[in-house]
Amino acid sequence: MNFLQFMMMNRQQVLDLTLEHITLAGVATLLAALVGIPLGILITRVPQLSKPVLGGANIIQTIPSLALFGFLLPAPWIGARGGRLAILALALYGLLPLIRNTYAGIQGVDPAIVEAGRAMGLTDRQLLLQVELPLASGVIVAGVRIAAVLSIGLATIAAAIGAGGLGEFIFRGLAMVNNQVILAGAIPAALLALLVDFLLGRLERRLGTLRLKT
Amino acid sequence: MTASPSRVSDTVKSAIEFDHASFDISGRPLLHDLVLSVKQGETLVLLGRSGSGKTTTLKLINRLLLPTAGEVRVNQKPTAEWDPIRLRRSIGYVIQDGGLFPHFNVERNIALVPRIEKWPQPQIDARVRELLITVGLSEDLLSRYPSQLSGGQRQRVGVARALAADPPILILDEAFGALDPITRSEMQKEFRALQQRMKKTVIFVTHDLREGLLLADRIALMEEGKLVVDLPAHEFSRSGDPLVRAYVEAFSALPDPNQIDREVSR
Repeated sequence: MNFLQFMMMNRQQVLDLTLEHITLAGVATLLAALVGIPLGILITRVPQLSKPVLGGANIIQTIPSLALFGFLLPAPWIGARGGRLAILALALYGLLPLIRNTYAGIQGVDPAIVEAGRAMGLTDRQLLLQVELPLASGVIVAGVRIAAVLSIGLATIAAAIGAGGLGEFIFRGLAMVNNQVILAGAIPAALLALLVDFLLGRLERRLGTLRLKT
Repeated sequence: MTASPSRVSDTVKSAIEFDHASFDISGRPLLHDLVLSVKQGETLVLLGRSGSGKTTTLKLINRLLLPTAGEVRVNQKPTAEWDPIRLRRSIGYVIQDGGLFPHFNVERNIALVPRIEKWPQPQIDARVRELLITVGLSEDLLSRYPSQLSGGQRQRVGVARALAADPPILILDEAFGALDPITRSEMQKEFRALQQRMKKTVIFVTHDLREGLLLADRIALMEEGKLVVDLPAHEFSRSGDPLVRAYVEAFSALPDPNQIDREVSR
Protein backbone atom coordinates (compact mmCIF):
# COMPACT_ATOMS: atom_id res chain seq x y z
CA MET A 1 0.00 0.00 0.00
CA ASN A 2 1.57 3.27 -1.06
CA PHE A 3 1.21 6.69 0.60
CA LEU A 4 -1.56 7.99 -1.68
CA GLN A 5 -3.62 4.84 -1.21
CA PHE A 6 -3.23 5.23 2.55
CA MET A 7 -4.39 8.84 2.35
CA MET A 8 -7.42 7.89 0.24
CA MET A 9 -8.44 5.06 2.53
CA ASN A 10 -8.17 7.30 5.56
CA ARG A 11 -9.34 10.53 3.96
CA GLN A 12 -12.08 11.16 6.51
CA GLN A 13 -9.62 10.90 9.36
CA VAL A 14 -7.01 12.99 7.52
CA LEU A 15 -9.64 15.67 7.02
CA ASP A 16 -10.83 15.56 10.63
CA LEU A 17 -7.32 15.75 12.01
CA THR A 18 -6.42 18.58 9.61
CA LEU A 19 -9.44 20.57 10.77
CA GLU A 20 -8.52 19.87 14.36
CA HIS A 21 -5.00 21.01 13.60
CA ILE A 22 -6.23 24.23 12.00
CA THR A 23 -8.44 24.88 15.03
CA LEU A 24 -5.57 24.37 17.47
CA ALA A 25 -3.15 26.59 15.60
CA GLY A 26 -5.80 29.14 14.55
CA VAL A 27 -7.28 29.67 18.00
CA ALA A 28 -3.80 29.80 19.51
CA THR A 29 -2.64 32.45 17.01
CA LEU A 30 -5.80 34.46 17.59
CA LEU A 31 -5.26 34.35 21.35
CA ALA A 32 -1.62 35.30 20.93
CA ALA A 33 -2.66 38.26 18.76
CA LEU A 34 -5.38 39.35 21.21
CA VAL A 35 -2.83 39.48 24.01
CA GLY A 36 0.39 40.19 22.11
CA ILE A 37 -0.72 43.19 20.02
CA PRO A 38 -2.12 45.15 22.99
CA LEU A 39 1.00 44.28 24.98
CA GLY A 40 3.17 45.48 22.10
CA ILE A 41 1.22 48.76 21.99
CA LEU A 42 1.45 49.09 25.76
CA ILE A 43 5.24 48.89 25.79
CA THR A 44 5.49 51.67 23.19
CA ARG A 45 3.48 53.84 25.60
CA VAL A 46 5.18 52.74 28.84
CA PRO A 47 8.79 52.17 27.75
CA GLN A 48 9.83 51.01 31.25
CA LEU A 49 7.74 47.89 30.66
CA SER A 50 9.38 46.97 27.37
CA LYS A 51 12.32 45.11 28.91
CA PRO A 52 10.34 42.94 31.34
CA VAL A 53 7.58 42.18 28.82
CA LEU A 54 9.91 41.31 25.93
CA GLY A 55 12.20 39.44 28.32
CA GLY A 56 9.28 37.41 29.70
CA ALA A 57 8.05 36.49 26.24
CA ASN A 58 11.61 35.55 25.31
CA ILE A 59 11.94 33.21 28.28
CA ILE A 60 8.67 31.46 27.38
CA GLN A 61 10.04 30.92 23.90
CA THR A 62 13.12 29.16 25.25
CA ILE A 63 11.13 26.49 27.14
CA PRO A 64 11.13 23.28 25.09
CA SER A 65 7.61 22.63 23.85
CA LEU A 66 7.20 19.18 25.35
CA ALA A 67 8.37 20.53 28.69
CA LEU A 68 5.86 23.41 28.46
CA PHE A 69 3.05 20.95 27.78
CA GLY A 70 4.24 18.98 30.78
CA PHE A 71 4.40 22.04 33.03
CA LEU A 72 0.85 23.02 32.13
CA LEU A 73 -0.63 19.51 32.66
CA PRO A 74 -1.27 19.89 36.42
CA ALA A 75 -2.95 23.30 35.90
CA PRO A 76 -6.64 23.25 36.87
CA TRP A 77 -9.24 23.45 34.03
CA ILE A 78 -6.53 23.95 31.44
CA GLY A 79 -4.89 20.59 32.11
CA ALA A 80 -8.24 18.79 32.04
CA ARG A 81 -8.42 18.74 28.24
CA GLY A 82 -5.50 18.22 25.89
CA GLY A 83 -6.91 20.72 23.38
CA ARG A 84 -7.16 23.57 25.91
CA LEU A 85 -3.68 22.94 27.13
CA ALA A 86 -2.22 22.79 23.65
CA ILE A 87 -3.92 26.04 22.61
CA LEU A 88 -2.62 27.84 25.68
CA ALA A 89 0.91 26.57 25.16
CA LEU A 90 0.90 27.47 21.45
CA ALA A 91 -0.51 30.92 22.24
CA LEU A 92 2.29 31.47 24.73
CA TYR A 93 4.84 30.65 22.03
CA GLY A 94 3.16 33.04 19.63
CA LEU A 95 3.38 35.93 22.08
CA LEU A 96 6.99 36.87 21.42
CA PRO A 97 6.76 37.46 17.64
CA LEU A 98 3.53 39.40 18.10
CA ILE A 99 4.71 41.63 20.94
CA ARG A 100 8.06 42.19 19.28
CA ASN A 101 6.67 42.99 15.85
CA THR A 102 3.92 45.27 17.15
CA TYR A 103 6.51 47.15 19.17
CA ALA A 104 9.03 47.33 16.33
CA GLY A 105 6.33 48.27 13.82
CA ILE A 106 5.10 51.22 15.85
CA GLN A 107 8.60 52.34 16.82
CA GLY A 108 9.52 52.18 13.15
CA VAL A 109 6.91 54.73 12.03
CA ASP A 110 8.68 57.89 10.83
CA PRO A 111 8.84 60.16 13.91
CA ALA A 112 8.26 63.23 11.73
CA ILE A 113 4.87 61.82 10.71
CA VAL A 114 3.90 61.05 14.28
CA GLU A 115 4.95 64.51 15.37
CA ALA A 116 3.05 66.12 12.52
CA GLY A 117 -0.04 64.21 13.67
CA ARG A 118 0.43 65.31 17.24
CA ALA A 119 0.96 68.91 16.15
CA MET A 120 -2.27 68.79 14.13
CA GLY A 121 -4.10 68.04 17.37
CA LEU A 122 -4.68 64.31 17.09
CA THR A 123 -5.34 62.69 20.44
CA ASP A 124 -3.16 59.76 21.52
CA ARG A 125 -5.95 57.40 20.55
CA GLN A 126 -6.43 58.96 17.12
CA LEU A 127 -2.70 58.92 16.55
CA LEU A 128 -2.55 55.22 17.42
CA LEU A 129 -5.59 54.11 15.43
CA GLN A 130 -5.28 56.37 12.40
CA VAL A 131 -1.53 56.70 12.01
CA GLU A 132 0.66 54.34 13.99
CA LEU A 133 -1.27 51.07 13.68
CA PRO A 134 -2.03 51.40 9.95
CA LEU A 135 1.60 52.23 9.23
CA ALA A 136 2.80 49.39 11.47
CA SER A 137 0.28 46.88 10.10
CA GLY A 138 2.68 45.23 7.64
CA VAL A 139 5.18 44.50 10.41
CA ILE A 140 2.42 43.34 12.75
CA VAL A 141 1.07 40.93 10.13
CA ALA A 142 4.62 39.62 9.73
CA GLY A 143 4.44 38.79 13.45
CA VAL A 144 1.09 37.03 12.99
CA ARG A 145 2.64 35.06 10.16
CA ILE A 146 5.58 33.91 12.27
CA ALA A 147 3.25 32.98 15.15
CA ALA A 148 0.85 31.09 12.86
CA VAL A 149 3.57 29.07 11.13
CA LEU A 150 5.19 28.34 14.48
CA SER A 151 1.86 27.15 15.89
CA ILE A 152 1.14 24.88 12.95
CA GLY A 153 4.52 23.22 13.38
CA LEU A 154 4.38 22.94 17.16
CA ALA A 155 0.77 21.73 17.14
CA THR A 156 1.98 18.38 15.81
CA ILE A 157 3.65 17.79 19.18
CA ALA A 158 0.37 18.53 20.97
CA ALA A 159 -0.83 15.07 19.99
CA ALA A 160 1.54 13.77 22.67
CA ILE A 161 -0.80 15.19 25.31
CA GLY A 162 -3.93 14.00 23.55
CA ALA A 163 -4.83 17.30 21.88
CA GLY A 164 -5.39 15.67 18.50
CA GLY A 165 -4.39 17.26 15.23
CA LEU A 166 -2.12 15.88 12.53
CA GLY A 167 0.45 14.94 15.16
CA GLU A 168 -1.72 11.89 15.88
CA PHE A 169 -0.58 10.29 12.62
CA ILE A 170 3.00 11.17 13.34
CA PHE A 171 3.04 9.65 16.80
CA ARG A 172 1.05 6.63 15.63
CA GLY A 173 3.46 6.14 12.72
CA LEU A 174 6.42 6.41 15.06
CA ALA A 175 4.93 3.74 17.31
CA MET A 176 4.13 1.49 14.35
CA VAL A 177 7.47 2.20 12.67
CA ASN A 178 5.41 3.02 9.57
CA ASN A 179 6.68 5.89 7.42
CA GLN A 180 3.45 6.23 5.47
CA VAL A 181 1.51 6.94 8.62
CA ILE A 182 4.11 9.50 9.72
CA LEU A 183 3.94 11.18 6.32
CA ALA A 184 0.13 11.25 6.45
CA GLY A 185 0.53 13.66 9.37
CA ALA A 186 3.73 15.44 8.38
CA ILE A 187 2.89 16.30 4.77
CA PRO A 188 -0.50 17.95 5.36
CA ALA A 189 0.98 19.86 8.32
CA ALA A 190 3.83 21.12 6.17
CA LEU A 191 1.48 22.08 3.32
CA LEU A 192 -0.75 23.91 5.79
CA ALA A 193 2.22 25.86 7.11
CA LEU A 194 3.35 26.78 3.59
CA LEU A 195 -0.15 27.88 2.60
CA VAL A 196 -0.61 30.10 5.67
CA ASP A 197 2.88 31.50 5.20
CA PHE A 198 2.10 32.34 1.58
CA LEU A 199 -1.27 33.96 2.27
CA LEU A 200 -0.11 36.04 5.21
CA GLY A 201 3.03 36.94 3.28
CA ARG A 202 0.89 38.44 0.54
CA LEU A 203 -1.17 40.40 3.05
CA GLU A 204 2.02 41.59 4.71
CA ARG A 205 3.44 42.92 1.45
CA ARG A 206 0.22 44.71 0.61
CA LEU A 207 0.11 46.41 3.99
CA GLY A 208 3.84 47.08 3.86
CA THR A 209 3.40 49.35 0.86
CA LEU A 210 1.36 51.75 3.03
CA ARG A 211 4.58 52.83 4.62
CA LEU A 212 6.34 53.21 1.30
CA LYS A 213 3.74 55.66 0.08
CA THR A 214 5.80 58.51 1.52
CA MET B 1 20.12 94.28 21.48
CA THR B 2 17.01 92.36 22.37
CA ALA B 3 13.35 93.00 21.90
CA SER B 4 11.17 94.05 24.77
CA PRO B 5 7.42 93.63 24.83
CA SER B 6 7.02 97.42 24.95
CA ARG B 7 8.04 97.54 21.27
CA VAL B 8 4.73 95.98 20.39
CA SER B 9 2.05 98.55 19.79
CA ASP B 10 -0.91 98.37 22.13
CA THR B 11 -3.52 98.79 19.42
CA VAL B 12 -3.07 95.23 18.14
CA LYS B 13 -3.18 92.39 20.62
CA SER B 14 -0.27 90.04 20.67
CA ALA B 15 -1.15 86.53 19.58
CA ILE B 16 1.97 84.87 20.96
CA GLU B 17 4.26 85.99 23.74
CA PHE B 18 7.45 84.45 25.01
CA ASP B 19 7.95 85.73 28.52
CA HIS B 20 11.49 84.82 29.55
CA ALA B 21 10.89 81.33 28.21
CA SER B 22 13.67 78.76 28.49
CA PHE B 23 13.83 75.14 27.59
CA ASP B 24 16.53 72.72 28.54
CA ILE B 25 17.01 68.99 28.28
CA SER B 26 18.86 67.48 31.25
CA GLY B 27 20.60 70.75 32.02
CA ARG B 28 21.56 71.54 28.43
CA PRO B 29 19.79 74.74 27.38
CA LEU B 30 18.19 74.59 23.93
CA LEU B 31 16.50 77.93 24.44
CA HIS B 32 17.51 80.59 26.92
CA ASP B 33 15.38 83.37 28.35
CA LEU B 34 13.48 84.21 25.18
CA VAL B 35 11.49 87.43 25.22
CA LEU B 36 9.55 87.87 22.02
CA SER B 37 6.03 88.64 20.99
CA VAL B 38 4.10 88.29 17.78
CA LYS B 39 1.14 90.51 16.99
CA GLN B 40 -2.06 89.25 15.45
CA GLY B 41 -1.78 89.18 11.69
CA GLU B 42 1.97 89.61 11.74
CA THR B 43 4.49 87.41 9.98
CA LEU B 44 7.55 86.77 12.09
CA VAL B 45 10.48 84.95 10.54
CA LEU B 46 12.74 83.08 12.93
CA LEU B 47 16.11 83.00 11.28
CA GLY B 48 19.10 81.04 12.44
CA ARG B 49 21.47 78.19 11.83
CA SER B 50 20.68 74.56 12.55
CA GLY B 51 20.58 74.05 16.29
CA SER B 52 19.98 77.71 17.08
CA GLY B 53 16.71 76.94 18.89
CA LYS B 54 14.23 77.86 16.15
CA THR B 55 12.36 74.57 16.12
CA THR B 56 12.31 74.44 19.92
CA THR B 57 10.73 77.89 19.85
CA LEU B 58 8.00 76.63 17.51
CA LYS B 59 7.31 73.56 19.62
CA LEU B 60 6.76 75.76 22.65
CA ILE B 61 3.96 77.56 20.81
CA ASN B 62 1.84 74.49 20.10
CA ARG B 63 2.82 72.85 23.36
CA LEU B 64 4.73 69.98 21.86
CA LEU B 65 7.08 71.24 24.57
CA LEU B 66 6.44 73.18 27.75
CA PRO B 67 8.99 75.78 28.83
CA THR B 68 11.22 74.67 31.69
CA ALA B 69 11.30 78.29 32.89
CA GLY B 70 9.23 81.33 32.06
CA GLU B 71 6.01 81.26 30.15
CA VAL B 72 4.66 81.14 26.62
CA ARG B 73 1.25 82.69 26.07
CA VAL B 74 -1.04 82.13 23.12
CA ASN B 75 -3.93 84.59 22.99
CA GLN B 76 -2.90 85.84 26.42
CA LYS B 77 -3.27 82.38 27.94
CA PRO B 78 -0.21 80.41 29.08
CA THR B 79 0.27 77.26 27.02
CA ALA B 80 0.44 75.26 30.25
CA GLU B 81 -3.19 76.21 30.89
CA TRP B 82 -4.41 75.37 27.40
CA ASP B 83 -5.94 72.02 26.57
CA PRO B 84 -3.11 70.85 24.27
CA ILE B 85 -5.51 69.31 21.74
CA ARG B 86 -7.60 72.50 21.44
CA LEU B 87 -4.46 74.62 21.27
CA ARG B 88 -2.92 72.54 18.47
CA ARG B 89 -6.09 72.46 16.42
CA SER B 90 -6.11 76.26 16.44
CA ILE B 91 -2.55 76.37 15.10
CA GLY B 92 -1.77 75.22 11.57
CA TYR B 93 1.57 73.44 11.30
CA VAL B 94 3.63 72.91 8.17
CA ILE B 95 6.93 71.04 8.12
CA GLN B 96 9.54 70.26 5.52
CA ASP B 97 8.17 68.02 2.78
CA GLY B 98 4.66 68.50 4.17
CA GLY B 99 4.71 65.80 6.87
CA LEU B 100 1.78 64.19 5.09
CA PHE B 101 0.40 60.82 6.15
CA PRO B 102 1.68 58.38 3.52
CA HIS B 103 -1.36 56.10 3.86
CA PHE B 104 -3.90 58.91 3.37
CA ASN B 105 -4.71 60.28 -0.04
CA VAL B 106 -4.63 64.02 -0.69
CA GLU B 107 -8.30 64.45 0.20
CA ARG B 108 -7.97 62.70 3.56
CA ASN B 109 -4.74 64.50 4.36
CA ILE B 110 -6.27 67.91 3.78
CA ALA B 111 -9.50 67.03 5.58
CA LEU B 112 -7.69 65.65 8.63
CA VAL B 113 -8.52 68.36 11.16
CA PRO B 114 -12.09 69.13 9.93
CA ARG B 115 -12.78 65.40 10.14
CA ILE B 116 -11.49 64.94 13.67
CA GLU B 117 -13.37 68.12 14.56
CA LYS B 118 -16.47 66.28 13.25
CA TRP B 119 -17.53 68.76 10.59
CA PRO B 120 -20.48 67.58 8.49
CA GLN B 121 -19.32 65.82 5.32
CA PRO B 122 -20.70 68.35 2.77
CA GLN B 123 -18.89 71.14 4.60
CA ILE B 124 -15.65 69.14 4.57
CA ASP B 125 -15.97 68.48 0.83
CA ALA B 126 -16.60 72.14 0.10
CA ARG B 127 -13.69 73.20 2.28
CA VAL B 128 -11.28 70.75 0.63
CA ARG B 129 -12.18 72.07 -2.82
CA GLU B 130 -11.84 75.64 -1.68
CA LEU B 131 -8.39 74.89 -0.26
CA LEU B 132 -7.22 73.22 -3.45
CA ILE B 133 -7.92 76.46 -5.29
CA THR B 134 -6.21 78.46 -2.54
CA VAL B 135 -2.98 76.51 -2.85
CA GLY B 136 -3.22 76.09 -6.63
CA LEU B 137 -3.76 72.35 -6.99
CA SER B 138 -6.01 70.47 -9.39
CA GLU B 139 -8.94 68.38 -8.14
CA ASP B 140 -7.51 65.44 -10.08
CA LEU B 141 -4.97 65.03 -7.30
CA LEU B 142 -7.52 64.35 -4.55
CA SER B 143 -7.26 60.58 -4.79
CA ARG B 144 -3.48 60.46 -5.13
CA TYR B 145 -1.14 59.42 -2.36
CA PRO B 146 1.75 61.62 -1.22
CA SER B 147 4.29 59.32 -2.92
CA GLN B 148 2.55 60.03 -6.22
CA LEU B 149 3.07 63.80 -5.94
CA SER B 150 6.00 66.06 -6.72
CA GLY B 151 7.78 67.79 -3.87
CA GLY B 152 6.05 71.07 -4.66
CA GLN B 153 2.63 69.42 -4.76
CA ARG B 154 3.28 67.73 -1.41
CA GLN B 155 4.23 71.06 0.06
CA ARG B 156 1.05 72.66 -1.26
CA VAL B 157 -1.01 69.84 0.25
CA GLY B 158 0.85 70.43 3.52
CA VAL B 159 -0.13 74.10 3.46
CA ALA B 160 -3.75 73.24 2.58
CA ARG B 161 -3.89 70.76 5.45
CA ALA B 162 -2.58 73.35 7.89
CA LEU B 163 -5.19 75.88 6.73
CA ALA B 164 -8.07 73.39 6.72
CA ALA B 165 -9.85 74.39 9.91
CA ASP B 166 -8.98 78.07 9.35
CA PRO B 167 -6.66 78.39 12.36
CA PRO B 168 -5.77 81.95 13.39
CA ILE B 169 -2.10 81.02 13.80
CA LEU B 170 0.17 79.26 11.34
CA ILE B 171 3.62 77.92 12.14
CA LEU B 172 5.97 76.70 9.45
CA ASP B 173 9.23 74.88 10.10
CA GLU B 174 11.58 75.06 7.10
CA ALA B 175 8.40 74.50 5.15
CA PHE B 176 9.98 74.99 1.75
CA GLY B 177 13.36 73.54 2.69
CA ALA B 178 13.08 70.37 0.62
CA LEU B 179 12.13 72.07 -2.64
CA ASP B 180 14.28 72.85 -5.64
CA PRO B 181 15.17 76.57 -5.93
CA ILE B 182 12.65 77.37 -8.66
CA THR B 183 9.68 75.65 -7.00
CA ARG B 184 10.81 77.13 -3.73
CA SER B 185 10.76 80.64 -5.11
CA GLU B 186 7.28 80.06 -6.57
CA MET B 187 5.99 78.78 -3.25
CA GLN B 188 7.46 81.75 -1.42
CA LYS B 189 5.74 84.22 -3.69
CA GLU B 190 2.43 82.41 -3.52
CA PHE B 191 2.67 82.11 0.21
CA ARG B 192 3.29 85.83 0.53
CA ALA B 193 0.26 86.59 -1.64
CA LEU B 194 -1.80 84.16 0.40
CA GLN B 195 -0.69 85.72 3.64
CA GLN B 196 -1.58 89.20 2.43
CA ARG B 197 -5.13 87.95 1.87
CA MET B 198 -5.52 85.82 4.98
CA LYS B 199 -3.79 88.00 7.55
CA LYS B 200 -3.01 85.11 9.84
CA THR B 201 -0.44 85.25 12.56
CA VAL B 202 2.52 83.45 11.03
CA ILE B 203 5.77 82.23 12.53
CA PHE B 204 8.05 81.01 9.80
CA VAL B 205 11.28 79.23 10.64
CA THR B 206 14.06 79.25 8.06
CA HIS B 207 17.81 79.47 7.72
CA ASP B 208 17.46 81.23 4.39
CA LEU B 209 17.82 85.01 4.71
CA ARG B 210 16.40 85.60 1.24
CA GLU B 211 13.25 83.72 2.18
CA GLY B 212 13.09 85.63 5.45
CA LEU B 213 13.36 89.04 3.79
CA LEU B 214 10.71 88.10 1.27
CA LEU B 215 8.11 86.86 3.74
CA ALA B 216 8.70 88.66 7.00
CA ASP B 217 7.19 91.69 8.64
CA ARG B 218 9.76 91.14 11.32
CA ILE B 219 12.87 88.98 11.53
CA ALA B 220 14.17 87.48 14.75
CA LEU B 221 17.68 86.10 14.45
CA MET B 222 18.62 83.31 16.83
CA GLU B 223 21.95 81.78 17.72
CA GLU B 224 22.75 79.09 20.27
CA GLY B 225 19.35 79.22 21.90
CA LYS B 226 19.34 82.98 22.29
CA LEU B 227 17.64 85.80 20.47
CA VAL B 228 20.28 88.00 18.82
CA VAL B 229 18.19 90.68 17.17
CA ASP B 230 14.51 91.29 16.52
CA LEU B 231 13.98 93.86 13.76
CA PRO B 232 11.43 94.93 11.17
CA ALA B 233 12.33 93.20 7.90
CA HIS B 234 13.26 96.45 6.13
CA GLU B 235 15.78 97.36 8.83
CA PHE B 236 17.34 93.95 9.14
CA SER B 237 20.01 94.19 6.43
CA ARG B 238 21.17 97.54 7.79
CA SER B 239 21.83 96.23 11.28
CA GLY B 240 25.40 96.51 12.47
CA ASP B 241 25.24 93.31 14.49
CA PRO B 242 28.18 91.11 13.46
CA LEU B 243 26.04 87.99 13.11
CA VAL B 244 23.55 89.85 10.92
CA ARG B 245 26.47 91.09 8.83
CA ALA B 246 27.74 87.52 8.48
CA TYR B 247 24.31 86.46 7.29
CA VAL B 248 23.95 89.31 4.83
CA GLU B 249 27.38 88.62 3.40
CA ALA B 250 26.68 84.90 3.02
CA PHE B 251 23.65 85.73 0.95
CA SER B 252 24.87 88.90 -0.71
CA ALA B 253 25.74 87.82 -4.21
CA LEU B 254 26.15 84.92 -6.53
CA PRO B 255 29.76 83.82 -6.87
CA ASP B 256 31.49 84.82 -10.10
CA PRO B 257 33.14 81.70 -11.55
CA ASN B 258 35.83 83.86 -13.17
CA GLN B 259 36.91 85.17 -9.80
CA ILE B 260 37.43 81.78 -8.24
CA ASP B 261 40.87 80.18 -8.22
CA ARG B 262 40.63 76.73 -9.66
CA GLU B 263 43.54 74.35 -9.52
CA VAL B 264 42.01 72.25 -12.25
CA SER B 265 41.70 75.03 -14.78
CA ARG B 266 45.40 75.78 -14.76
